[in-house]
Amino acid sequence: MDKRELQEKAREVRKLIIRSLNAAGSGHPGGSLSAADMVTALYFDEMNIDPAEPDMKGRDKFILSKGHAGPAQYAALALRGYFPQEDLMTLRKMGSKFQGHPNMHYVPGIEMSTGSLGQGFSVACGMAQAEKIDGSDARIYTLLGDGELQEGMIWEAAMSAAHYGLDNLVALIDHNGLQIDGKNDDVMKVNPVGDKFAAFGWNVINIDGHDFDQICDAFEKARNCKGKPTAIVAETIKGKGVSFMEGQAGWHGKAPDDEQTRQALEELDR
Amino acid sequence: MTEKIATRQAYGEILRELGEEYGNLIVMDADLSGSTKTAEFAKLYPERFFNMGIAEQNLYAQAAGLALSGKIVCASTFAMFATGRAYEIIRNSIGYTSANVKICATHAGITVGEDGASHQTFEDISLMRNIPGMTVINPSDAVAAKKLIRQAVEMDGPCYVRLGRAAVPVFYGEEDDVVLGKGNQVRDGGDLTIIATGIMVSAAVEAAEELKNKGIDARIIDIHTIKPIDEEIIIKAASETGKIVTAEEHSIIGGLGDAVAQVVVKNHPVPMAFVGQKDVFGESGKPDQLLEKYGMTSSDIVKAAETLI
Repeated sequence: MDKRELQEKAREVRKLIIRSLNAAGSGHPGGSLSAADMVTALYFDEMNIDPAEPDMKGRDKFILSKGHAGPAQYAALALRGYFPQEDLMTLRKMGSKFQGHPNMHYVPGIEMSTGSLGQGFSVACGMAQAEKIDGSDARIYTLLGDGELQEGMIWEAAMSAAHYGLDNLVALIDHNGLQIDGKNDDVMKVNPVGDKFAAFGWNVINIDGHDFDQICDAFEKARNCKGKPTAIVAETIKGKGVSFMEGQAGWHGKAPDDEQTRQALEELDR
Repeated sequence: MTEKIATRQAYGEILRELGEEYGNLIVMDADLSGSTKTAEFAKLYPERFFNMGIAEQNLYAQAAGLALSGKIVCASTFAMFATGRAYEIIRNSIGYTSANVKICATHAGITVGEDGASHQTFEDISLMRNIPGMTVINPSDAVAAKKLIRQAVEMDGPCYVRLGRAAVPVFYGEEDDVVLGKGNQVRDGGDLTIIATGIMVSAAVEAAEELKNKGIDARIIDIHTIKPIDEEIIIKAASETGKIVTAEEHSIIGGLGDAVAQVVVKNHPVPMAFVGQKDVFGESGKPDQLLEKYGMTSSDIVKAAETLI
């Protein structure tokens, strides 16, 4: 898919994020919007997947380690044809398949139930190890928040992925610089993120996480890197695409009301 | 004299057999492979063994990743660190996902001995049985350990297998049935029932001999599968013997005693007494000295039984 088409898809993903969160009345728009372009690139360009056969053997897998960005993953899966878009209007409601954080047993295309930060990354390492054992060339992608990097087990996993040379593993870091209580740098400094992964033995690629050329190029470089896992450190803007949410920690975990939703959708349609 | 073998030794031996039978069996450890006995598997199947270093949270989450990719995973370290340090990972990445991981943890309870309180866990059964869908197994000897670990590997879904450091008497024969989810009546008796698990089953056998000398005829049941628990055998014991003593090398809070009491109170209430670690930490010492000081010997079972008579 070319850059223009990916941008269009990402616009649709963002609109669906906003609509589903408005319907839910709670949830996490900021980190869903900052991750939206990377998630779009994965589902519409990069990964070898088949919506008609979600459990296809040899498929690539995506683990959303920052599970609170579930609305972005749900939206991409819906637009990719895994289930109808309107199903997402049940998000976070009693009886819905679409839990506040993704559940792999309810939703086709979800490979791992996540939500508790730090764990999805380790699970992705285990999945990458399994593909290696089987001699498969499937690739494992995982998306982490920058605040999530404060979890100690992240670095246990980073150490092990390099130790076992998991070059079929790509970790995308959604580096929007914000977390619930404010800036990463004020709450608990995680910078320099890239240097940390490099010191642990990873291939590190720094990109603009909203530029599809750079995102797709990074995936290509990761594929060509042998013997090391790749960390793509993506500079992003929390709330990207909705002016009043951009760069605001306050929009980490708050749903837009009807008026804010109307305004957001109007901006996204421009 | 009865032969003594540690249940962790049996784990090492059965892994070698299972490794040959199951090409998709993966074994993982956290720098304790010599102690947990997974090193024996590692020697035979190095391509299916992963040492994850001293990093238990990552160990159990990666075990989930491997299991969700079609592998059967036996992931080992000391029970303290498996169920304590990695608890929430086991809960969310193994329990919540129903991942096919067998948490085979060794050095449980006070018989860890000289290493002391930091390494002696009495909370593990309680923590694991609280996780929905988790099967909890506590073998009483080496024969039972082999039979139950085989069944754990054969079933689909998460299991916790509690294993010990110290050599303990072997009283099951190879011909005996030890079936997951089914309690074993080790001795018949009509005056009261001792329901024991793990190494306390052999203590219960000794206790029954002492009680016999005092004219008390005790039934003994080995509950090696604490979850799902064999309700039928417990209800039958309550109704036929009218008194129950539970015995475990674990805290009296949240372990076998509580699990049995729930069945008894709901179905056929009878007086009960509880032998186990009494809400205190342990200390360094020889296993036998510690069992005596903290009240988990055959004579403690006898005393508990006498309070009910």
